[in-house]
Order: sequence, then structure tokens, then C-alpha cells
Amino acid sequence: MWKKVFQWLDERLGLNDLYKAVLDRPEPKGNWWNTLGSASLFLFLLQGATGIFLSVYYTPSPDHAYDSITYIMNEVTFGWLIRGIHHWGATLMVLIVFIHMLRVFVTASYKYPREMTWLIGIGLLLATLGMGFTGYLLPWNQKAFWATTVGTQLAGTVPFIGEFILKALRGGVDLSALTLQRFFAAHIWVLPAALAGLIGVHLFLIIKHGESEFPTKED
Amino acid sequence: MTGSHHISRRDFVKLTTAALGTIMGAAVGLPAIGFLIDPALKSGGKDAWISIGKLEDMPLGAPHPFSFTRTRVNGWERTATNYGGFVLRRSENPQDILILSGRCTHLACQVNWREDAQVYICPCHDAKFNLEGEVLDGPPPRPLDRFEEFQTDEEGILLIHVKEG
Repeated sequence: MWKKVFQWLDERLGLNDLYKAVLDRPEPKGNWWNTLGSASLFLFLLQGATGIFLSVYYTPSPDHAYDSITYIMNEVTFGWLIRGIHHWGATLMVLIVFIHMLRVFVTASYKYPREMTWLIGIGLLLATLGMGFTGYLLPWNQKAFWATTVGTQLAGTVPFIGEFILKALRGGVDLSALTLQRFFAAHIWVLPAALAGLIGVHLFLIIKHGESEFPTKED
Repeated sequence: MTGSHHISRRDFVKLTTAALGTIMGAAVGLPAIGFLIDPALKSGGKDAWISIGKLEDMPLGAPHPFSFTRTRVNGWERTATNYGGFVLRRSENPQDILILSGRCTHLACQVNWREDAQVYICPCHDAKFNLEGEVLDGPPPRPLDRFEEFQTDEEGILLIHVKEG
């Protein structure tokens, strides 16, 4: 019975081919450093899931942002756990993505035919850092406020267009409700959408080209 | 491999991945369910005796409107809710009192007493209740709710017992 159902679905969705291409593809003799990309993907999904859960209670308004997070931490069942995972997962994700990049650099895996995978990876690193930067403001506590003050001020030191960048980031001259709102929008809509799209292409390219062998002495 | 205790490396990896995945999924997934349904698990049930006015100021035989406000903390915000109702003194006896909630039993609009027609009328769907709160006309499924528990204190002030759901 189940075999028939699976066969019916497989004929139409190509489940077996998909499984072979994604999870059963030939790999070079690898080691644990080769698992960092998968680890980054896992963290992205975990951050996505816990982030969606947090958005059930969080409110991006200067009046209530801090209160809503206090509520999540102290009142909601397992709120501390969900936020804790999101908090530490964010730090871990930046770390893992960065080490993943170092590994690719050290093993020269960015060379032909994988240049585009590398370039997209740069986009993924920048988007991940952007997630960290925008997410840091959301608790709206002293640390968040002043970190964003400093961060946006840094961006404002760019010659000629610095003031424009600063105003665009902050949504005005000052750090305000507008800043919180646009950081929130970037954090839950713009950057995750960019990440998801780039990850899709990144994965497609990895499946298309396969993973690179580690260089040998002759290389 | 049938009959042997060995499993292939491939099967071992599959099994371990599935087992670890299930454990990690449960470790995050189960708390997440509690996280989502948390407000439904909280018990709000506070109760209080509310003063609704001096008994001697309330007329005999005609509904006397009253209202009071209760505040409660929902999440990170304090919400004030208005409640209204009517006191009907049937006689001088301080126990012979009917206290009706003004909340229509259909969809919770506030009903008004119409002196000329001697009915409570709900503005939302034209439901009509008689002096005793029984349904005369319209969609309400049951009579107006009553405040069954009430008392008069030494100073002649009427108090009702309010339970918050």
C-alpha cells in the first residue's frame, strides 16, 4: 500500500532522484571541515524557526519592545529557551559561516568551476552579518541602542555619501522608532528572503559541481 | 546480512542521523508547542467583590443601570474592560433583587433598557429581553446572565461578586 503511494508520488515528484542528488551524491574523501556548510544551513533553519516563534510575542515598538522581551523571558512557557536558542544560534551562525569560508579558502575550493559558489557565499556571509547587526537592536536595551548608534555612525563616516547612508539606515537623523521598525523589517523579511534565495543557488551549485577534492602535494 | 548482528556503515549512519534528528527535533519542537499555546494555559481567574452603589438610591420596580471597570495585565499591557448591568429591586427586601449583566448573550453587545416598551434592546441585532432578562425576540441563545452572588454591607452599599474567566 505505502509502496504504491510512494511510487505514485515518486513518478510525479522524482523523490528518488532528489534523494540521490541531495543526500546520496558521491563525495570525495572528506573530513569534518566539510560539514560546516551543512552546519550553517542547519543553523539558518533553526534561526528561522525560533525567529518565527519569537515574532508571536515580540513587538517592534520603542514603547513595548523591551517589555515584550521581558515577557518572553519571564512569563511565556519555554520563552527563555526559544530566545536563548535564537540568541546563541546567531552567534554560532556567524562563527560557523566564517570558519566555513576559511575552510574553502584554505583548501582552494573557490577555483574553477566554483567561482560563482564563492561569490554567492560572500553574499551569504554579508547577509548573515546583516542579520546579526539588525537583530542586535531589537531588544531595545541600552546595549542594543548604543551598539546601533555606533554602528550607524561608523557607516556615516563614508566620504561624500556618509550622511545619506546614515539617514537611510536610521530612517532619519536620530535613532528612533523608525530605526527599530526598519531594522525589524530587514531582520525578518529582507535579509531572510535574500539568504533563502542565495542559499538555494549555493546548494544548486554544490549539487551540480559536487564537492572539491582537497589539494594534494602535487597541486 | 540477515541473521548477523552487523549493520552496514551506511545503515548505521542513517539510523544515527534519524535518531539524533528526532531527539533534537523534539528538544526544540515540544517546548515550541508550549511556547505557542502558553496564553491558553494561563489561568486568569481572579475574583472580587465590586461595589455598584447605595441600595437606597436604587428605585423599586425599575431597572437601575450600573457599570464598573476592571483592569488586567495582558502580556506587557494593562487592559481596561468596562462591564455594565442593571439592578432590579423587586421589593424593599434587600434579598429580593435581580442583578442582570448588560452583555447580550448573542454576541456580547451592551443592551439598553427601553422604558416605553419595558424591554431590554440589544442595538446590534434587535434582540429583546423582558424585565427578568428572558429572551422575547431575536437571536440570543439564552437569557441575560445574572450576578447570583451579591450582598449589602453595613453602610447599605450593594456589592456583587465578579469572577474573571
